[in-house]
Amino acid sequence: MSTASVPVARPRRVDARRSALAERLTLLLHSPTFLIGAVIVLFWIVCAIGNTHLTPYDPLATNPLGKLRGPSPQHLLGTDSLGRDELSRVIAGARGILVVAPLATVLGTAVGTALGLVTGYFGGLVDESLMRLVDAFLAVPVVVVGLVALVALGPSTITVILVIGVVFAPIIARTVRAAVLSERDKEYIQAARLRRERTPYILFVELLPNVMGPILVEFTVRLGYAIFTIATLSFLGFGIQPPAPDWGLSIYENYVYITGGYWWPVLFPAIAIASLVVGVNLVSDAISQVLDR
Amino acid sequence: MTVDAVAAEPVVEFDHLDLAFRVRGRWRQAIRDVSFRVEPHRSFGLVGESGSGKSTLAMCAVRYLARNARITGGTVRVAGRDLRTMDEAELRRFRASTVSMVYQNPASALNPSIRVGDQVAEVFRVSGMAASEASDQARTMLETVRIADAGQVMRRFPHQLSGGMLQRVVIGMALAPRPQLLILDEPTTALDATVEAEVLDLIQGLRRELGTTVLFISHNLAVIDRMCDRVGVLYAGRLVEEGETATVFEKPRHPYTVGLLRCVPRWGLRKDEGALDTIPGLPPSIGAALTGCAFADRCALAIDRCRQEPPPLYEVGTDHTSRCFRHEEADQLPSAPAPGASPPREREQGAPLLQLEQVSKTFHQDGHDIHGLVDVSLKLGHGEALGLVGESGSGKSTLAKVLLGLLEPDAGATLEYEGAPLAAAVGHRRSDQVRSLSIVFQDPGSSLNRRHSIRRIVGRVMTKLLGIRGRRREQRLEDLVDSVRLDKSVLDARPPELSGGLMQRAAIARAFAGDPQVVVCDEPTSALDVSVQAAILNLLAELQRTRQVSYLFISHDLGVVRFLADRIAVLYLGRVMEVGDADVVFRGPHHPYTEALLSAAPILHGEARTRIRLEGEVPSAASPPSGCVFHTRCPRKLGEICERQEPELLEVEPGHQIRCHIPIEDLRRILTEPEPPAVAGSRPD
Amino acid sequence: MARFLIRRIAFAVITLWLLSVLVFLGAHVLPGDVGRRILGAFASPRAVANLDRQLGVDKPLPVQYLNWLSGAVRFNFGSSLAYRQPVSSLLGPALLNSLKLAAVAFVIVVPLGVVGGVIAALNRGRPLDRIITVSGLSGTVVPEFVSGIVLILLLGIVIRLFPVTATAPPGSGALTQLYYLILPALPLVLVLFGYIARIARAGMIDALDADYTRTAYLKGLSRRTVIWRHVLRNALLPTIAVIATQTGYLIGGLVVIETIFNYHGIGQLLFTAAQQKDFPLIQATVMVIGVVYLVATLLADITYSLLNPRIRLGGAR
Repeated sequence: MSTASVPVARPRRVDARRSALAERLTLLLHSPTFLIGAVIVLFWIVCAIGNTHLTPYDPLATNPLGKLRGPSPQHLLGTDSLGRDELSRVIAGARGILVVAPLATVLGTAVGTALGLVTGYFGGLVDESLMRLVDAFLAVPVVVVGLVALVALGPSTITVILVIGVVFAPIIARTVRAAVLSERDKEYIQAARLRRERTPYILFVELLPNVMGPILVEFTVRLGYAIFTIATLSFLGFGIQPPAPDWGLSIYENYVYITGGYWWPVLFPAIAIASLVVGVNLVSDAISQVLDR
Repeated sequence: MTVDAVAAEPVVEFDHLDLAFRVRGRWRQAIRDVSFRVEPHRSFGLVGESGSGKSTLAMCAVRYLARNARITGGTVRVAGRDLRTMDEAELRRFRASTVSMVYQNPASALNPSIRVGDQVAEVFRVSGMAASEASDQARTMLETVRIADAGQVMRRFPHQLSGGMLQRVVIGMALAPRPQLLILDEPTTALDATVEAEVLDLIQGLRRELGTTVLFISHNLAVIDRMCDRVGVLYAGRLVEEGETATVFEKPRHPYTVGLLRCVPRWGLRKDEGALDTIPGLPPSIGAALTGCAFADRCALAIDRCRQEPPPLYEVGTDHTSRCFRHEEADQLPSAPAPGASPPREREQGAPLLQLEQVSKTFHQDGHDIHGLVDVSLKLGHGEALGLVGESGSGKSTLAKVLLGLLEPDAGATLEYEGAPLAAAVGHRRSDQVRSLSIVFQDPGSSLNRRHSIRRIVGRVMTKLLGIRGRRREQRLEDLVDSVRLDKSVLDARPPELSGGLMQRAAIARAFAGDPQVVVCDEPTSALDVSVQAAILNLLAELQRTRQVSYLFISHDLGVVRFLADRIAVLYLGRVMEVGDADVVFRGPHHPYTEALLSAAPILHGEARTRIRLEGEVPSAASPPSGCVFHTRCPRKLGEICERQEPELLEVEPGHQIRCHIPIEDLRRILTEPEPPAVAGSRPD
Repeated sequence: MARFLIRRIAFAVITLWLLSVLVFLGAHVLPGDVGRRILGAFASPRAVANLDRQLGVDKPLPVQYLNWLSGAVRFNFGSSLAYRQPVSSLLGPALLNSLKLAAVAFVIVVPLGVVGGVIAALNRGRPLDRIITVSGLSGTVVPEFVSGIVLILLLGIVIRLFPVTATAPPGSGALTQLYYLILPALPLVLVLFGYIARIARAGMIDALDADYTRTAYLKGLSRRTVIWRHVLRNALLPTIAVIATQTGYLIGGLVVIETIFNYHGIGQLLFTAAQQKDFPLIQATVMVIGVVYLVATLLADITYSLLNPRIRLGGAR
């Protein structure tokens, strides 16, 4: 202890948080779940970017004489019912879903975050009525809402993005609202009110940074479901439209032939979808695991 | 196993115990070479600040470790048996018969979906007793812990009982198998002062009666002083000093113990008489590599040797050990400088700075009216510190929020600041009024936005309330940070990068950033460790002196209030029961509730005081008792009048008001009455 | 308790009403003329106007809504455009079929998911936990049509363990019907298993880490007693509520599964209605799906409150 005229020594600063962040990153990079997931997702991102530069054939070129050919040295994954090269279609199929799904998720997250912040912060009647509306919305499965909306609006890529975004928004709003509820009564919000901050400042500058953790996790989880839902809608014929080399669409176009033993134009897109959603999910799970520590 | 067979041996024996936790992929040493023993029928206290490893040691004694913990060396023996070598069945029998434990939060210690009686009876069922007999035994046990209506209580679920009642049940459950060893881990920290006093009495009485050996863990030195024969002081996972409680607390031989004892605001020490002692710096973080003495960095006595090799355990007296090279000179640890303080404040006559008249606040919840505040009228003078004292639910924080404009009072209240009316909502107040009132919250971890830098947090107040920006703001920020004794580098840090004490300094800086006239301090030190608390109190006293602000100082800790407050208001169920100068309120004549609060507060160095005890707990504010709201618990109740008629808050002597039917002469007489016979709980000397 | 129930039922009714508004608006306010949308761009204006009158869509919206709602509460949803028969006569059998399929899936997945979650929690941090959690979660994100088709390939075509259609030949006994339903139920099981296991695991871990569990261990109770008596009861209570909310995902999955397996359930009905732009049928199926979901969650909440003393006896001290 110092006996000088200033009675309190100047304390040193602890760098606990910064090193914790570094430790988390290290942990993430050492997590097999994360690494496997990241490799799968990266693979498909490369396919999406490379697109037709990486495909052996034009994914849209039909060949009436070479329909439903099994895997061979010319067509490693065979050809589909229109004689298109399956390998090329699987590679090129990555682009559509990897553009549409993230856009839809970003839209849903943005709208849902705003909704969740407002309802969680204000509480009371605003919250009650919005949450009832959300409940009503959630009473119907996402796929069904998407289906009905696409019937009414007519299928198109933009519509798919809008519909998925709108359907995801209330789901994300719930998560954000729950996070806001646990933050709302913290005293830093009272401190902001005491210096008469405007509501948008409190919502977006004070609250938002503190609920980013749950939002990030929710975003990665929803991204997986966006892929899930878009693929399902495409499979039902209401998502990405022909002749795009979409995976769900390919399965829709070819699944009637599987009973005849023509499994390749169905199995390979199925593996593609499964690997992508699982990859995204592994990454998401690893991130939430590490954030939990 | 019989008690006699092992009577000669210590009940608990820690021998060179090492333990580590695995956090984020690394092993971090939390317990370092701890050895101590507890003899039969004695009570041993473990004291230390947060992170010192107290609770971890307790868990070692029942071999219930966190999943990421590992004992890396040494042994723990309880009742003569090595816990590490027991198999599962032995361990189960050992827990069922030999050792019991009570921990901090009684509400979570009981299973929410099983009736209380069944949970107590389970203790007897474990040893194979029949259901009906076990239930009878459980009832007897609950009666032993002085639960009046044991049959009723047994049919209740935990959420239907109050905190104090639950802790009795838990204690009863722990003592039911007549264990040789009872471990109490902060058993009263979650309870109100008056309830805490009652529970401590109960524990002390039962311990005597049953001859149980006790391991008592607490951060509160006064509680340890009251409850324990011996004490061990833990610092950074090391036992730095150990001995008889009386010896250690009167003649400590480790600088950390010396510092810790000096940090506690002693009875009667006031801010104008001098500063509190502090311990500078921070304890090493858990798992930090230590080459020398863990305390060396914070120790004014440290020499080179302290930083190079860990000090061994020195025998410094009969049964008294200290882990310090300079244990001979420990008590020469330099003190805080003598009163840098100004003479006592001259009482100003004239208009008060802030005036509250007839302030009530009613909350509406599930169709019930909850009376948070009832007709509170208070004044705050220029440069005055008004202490607000009361247990949880007394309305202290509600009053603070009403004053600040965060909560609107019921109609009929008047608030005036410098003679001008103060609007109810902060949004409707004049900007100079908004600037004049500010607050330091209890928990800086929650009052500072953890995503913003300190520069942004404090600077924003200057921009918003004073309209200062840019270069000028930066200059002011640096000055302010300097005046709360923080280094400038702190400005770039975010709250989670700082320790609790540093965060609270930053929060104080924010409170002063708008040049306020009145600062509300809402339990500003109760989230902090003792060694940090003292420094914060010194800082608040200094800032008040240099900046001429008034404080509304809220605290449940009477020692803290006495240090800082010029006047004191005592609240109970939203009503002011007593107001007066701090000296007068402490000296008496007292309102019976004030008297009970003063009796309940455990204090160091065993000052003699009248001890009266309150029965039961604070009634619900949704249905306050008729008449005087305190009559249900008042040990000095006159009779029917107390139940029928609410007494007025009367001026009993100049500047001293009391709300009680008992005539002031009688209250004066109580002061001079001889002390009642010692209660079972007082410490033997 | 009564207070809680009344509040909960009132919420369900309000939600249902909001749903009816959403469903109605979904089909009516969206751009374009209803008759034109149904008949296509090349239909004559007269035909369109005729159809509009026939559907009642020439009246003001609130009137249309009231007409529709007053019919709906009497289970009269008008006439299907695609099937040319009353919607209500289509709904009943379809709903029954779907419930059968859903029941098979639930009976398989609930015990499996709960046990999986409990086992994962009891082995927390060990490889078994990671295997259950990661594979479970991976199952939940793979779309049903993907897993469904792979399962058809594997179990129906390669090793011929199950028939590749869901509908048993007419006149089959209950066991045969059940046998036909197992393969279609499996993709639903895959999707739900991960969810239920995750919730059960989280509930278990909360309870295992709770102070009262420590109290129970320190009483000297065996691990088995602690888990059966103290942990499971508190851990699985929240799981009940969550399982009910999964009916939503289940119904979403039915649309796909019934289409793949050509099974005449509510999902296939909706899919056909969607393809045919049969708006009365779409509205009705969506309403029915919503009602099923709301009833399931309501029942779950009631069960939860009956089992939870905090709600059953009120929070007051």
